[in-house]
Amino acid sequence: MNKRKMEFYVGLFVIIGLLCAGYLFVVLGEINFIKDKRYPVHAFFTSVSGLKTGASVEMAGVEIGTVSNVSIDKERLLAKVEFSIDKNIKLSDDIIASVKTSGIIGQKYIDILPGGSDIMLEPGEEIELTESSLDLESLVRKFIFNKDEK
Amino acid sequence: MTVPLIQFIDIMKSFGTDHVLKGVNLSIYKGEIIAIIGKSGTGKSVLLKHIIGLVQQDSGQILINGVPLHQLSVEEKISFQKELSYMFQDNALFDFMTIYDNIALPLVENSNFPKNQVKEKVFTRMKQLGLTGTEKKFPAQLSGGMRKRVALARALVTDPKIVLFDEPTTGLDPVRKKDVHSMIQEYQEKFEFTAVIVTHDIPQIFDLVQRIAMLDDGIIKFEGSKEDIFDSHSKILDTFVGGEDV
Amino acid sequence: MLVKLIEKVGSKIIKLLESIGRIVIFFWTGVMNIFIAPVQFAKIIDHTWFIGSKSIFVIILTGLFTGMVLGLQGYYSLLQFGSEAALGSAVSLTLIRELGPVFTAIMVTARAGSAMAAEIGVMRISEQIDALKTMHINPVRFLFTPRIIASIISFPLLTALFNVVGIIGGFISGSIMLGLNRYVYMDTVIKSIQMQDISGGFYKSFVFAVVVTTTCCYRGFYTHLYSGFGARGVSLSTTNAVVQSCIFIFIFDYIITFFLV
Repeated sequence: MNKRKMEFYVGLFVIIGLLCAGYLFVVLGEINFIKDKRYPVHAFFTSVSGLKTGASVEMAGVEIGTVSNVSIDKERLLAKVEFSIDKNIKLSDDIIASVKTSGIIGQKYIDILPGGSDIMLEPGEEIELTESSLDLESLVRKFIFNKDEK
Repeated sequence: MTVPLIQFIDIMKSFGTDHVLKGVNLSIYKGEIIAIIGKSGTGKSVLLKHIIGLVQQDSGQILINGVPLHQLSVEEKISFQKELSYMFQDNALFDFMTIYDNIALPLVENSNFPKNQVKEKVFTRMKQLGLTGTEKKFPAQLSGGMRKRVALARALVTDPKIVLFDEPTTGLDPVRKKDVHSMIQEYQEKFEFTAVIVTHDIPQIFDLVQRIAMLDDGIIKFEGSKEDIFDSHSKILDTFVGGEDV
Repeated sequence: MLVKLIEKVGSKIIKLLESIGRIVIFFWTGVMNIFIAPVQFAKIIDHTWFIGSKSIFVIILTGLFTGMVLGLQGYYSLLQFGSEAALGSAVSLTLIRELGPVFTAIMVTARAGSAMAAEIGVMRISEQIDALKTMHINPVRFLFTPRIIASIISFPLLTALFNVVGIIGGFISGSIMLGLNRYVYMDTVIKSIQMQDISGGFYKSFVFAVVVTTTCCYRGFYTHLYSGFGARGVSLSTTNAVVQSCIFIFIFDYIITFFLV
C-alpha cells in the first residue's frame, strides 16, 4: 500500500466518521451552540410518570421549548420539572401546564394552555397551575369499578 | 588469566520435565570468535538466549566481566545489552515492514541518529551484503538466503560489541556460506567484536574461530582451541566432527 | 484424593491470578506508552487505515441491513398498537443506544481483531517479539500501543457511521417501502434522541475499543503461553481472541447500560 494513498484513506475515513458523529450530536442530540435563545421556568406536578428530559413543551400543538430536567422536590414531595422556553414566547402567570401523551403508548409531553393575565413570567419563575399525567391504569380501574356499582 | 567477558557457571535450565541444560560451564573472552557446536536440540540456542536475557536460568550464574548479571544495576545491564546483537535462527524479520525498515529498525527506535545518517548506515550494510535494490521489498519476497543476509545486516547495523549468531549459515549455498563466514571474520577484525556462533558447519567453521565448545547432553563436553580438537581423543567429539554415526 | 483435588483447585487459581496480573501489566504498559514520546505516527496511521478505513464498507453494509430489518420488524410490531408513527424513535433509539456500538464492535473484532491476534501470534512464534526485545524495543509499546490508539480513533467513528446508515436503512424500509410518512419518521428520530443516548453510545464504543484491542493483542502476544507454538497455536489464539472479545463486548455492554440508565 502506497503511503500517500493510505494517508488519504485514513483522512477520508476520519472525515466521514466525524461528519456522522457531528450529525448525531448536532442534529439529533441538539447541542445548543447558542444557549441564550431560551429561558428557564419550572413547575411542580403530583405525577409526571413517563416524562423524560428533552420531551417537548407545546402550546396549541406547536413546540415552544423542552423539558430540561425532571427531579423530586424533597420538601414538598412533588415532581419538579424545569423547562427551557424559546425567548420569543412570553408566558403569562396564569397558564396551565399539563402532562399529556401523544397516542395511546406514545411519548409524554407538556402542553401549555395560554392564560389571559397581563403579568408575564420572568426567567426562573414558577408556573403555578399544573395538571398531572393521566394515569391510564387508574382510569381503567375507575371505569370497571363504576360499572360494577351499577 | 584475563577475566572472561561472559562466563557461565553451572547454568541449569529445564522446560517442564525436559532438562535442557544440566550445569553448563563456559567462558567467552573479549575479542574472540567462539563456536558452539553440538547435535540439534541440545540447547545451544537456549544457551545463547541466556546471554541476551530472553531466557532466565533455573540455577547457576552468568558473570559479565566477573560480576553476576543479576547484581548489575539497571543502567549497567541496559548498557551491556545495548552492546549485544542477536541473529535469530529463523531470521525473525518483520513481515509487515520493508527490508530497509527492517534493517533500520534498531537505529530508528533506539538512537537519535538523523535520518540521512541512518540511511547511509543501512545502505552501507546492504551493499556489503549484496542486498542493494531490495530495500523496498518485503521479507516474503526474498529467497531464504537473502533473508538470512537481511537478518545479518540488521544484527550488524548497530555496530555491536558482542554478536551472537544462531546458525547464521543454515540454508545457504556453499558460496554464500563462505561469504557469511568471511564477512563475520572481516567485521570481527574491523570492529573487534566478540562473536559467539552456534553452527553445524564443520569443518568450515574451523577456519574462522579461535575456540570451539561442544554442547552435548546438557553440558559442555569439550572446550578448547581448534588445535586441541584434533589432539583430544574424545569419542563423541570425533564422531561428531567426523560426521560418523555413533 | 481430597488433597489432589485441593491441589488442582489451587493450581487453577494461581494460573488465573497469573493471567490477571499479566493482562493488567500488558494493558498498563500499553496505555502508559501512549503518553511517552515519540508518538508513533506512522504506525497509528497504518493501523487506523486497517481498523477504520478498511471497515467502512462492511460497516455500511451491516448498518444498512440492520436499520432496514429494524424498520421492517418495528413497523409490524408497532402496527399492532396503532403507533407505527413511533417507528423513527424505535429504530434510532435501538441503534444509537445498543446495536450501533455492539454490532460495530463485533464486526471490527471479526475483521481487525482476528487479524491483530493472528499477526501478533505469528510474530511471537517466529521469534519476532524476541527480536524486538534484543533490539531494546519494548514489544508492547511497538505492537499494542499504536493499535489501541487506532482503535480508540476508529471505533467511535465507525459506530457513528453505523448509526447514521442504520437510521437511513430504517427510513428506506419504513418510509420508502412501507409507506410511512417520511417527515413523521425523521421528526420522531430527531425528537426522541437525547444527548445522553448519543454520548452513552459513544462511551460504549470507547470501552469496546479498549476491551477488544486488549483482548486480541493479549491473546496474540501470549500465544506461546496459552495456545502453544506453531500454526495450530496461532489459530487457537485467534479463535480465543475473537470469541472472548465478543463475550466481553456483551458483558461490558450490560455493565455500561446498567450504569448509564
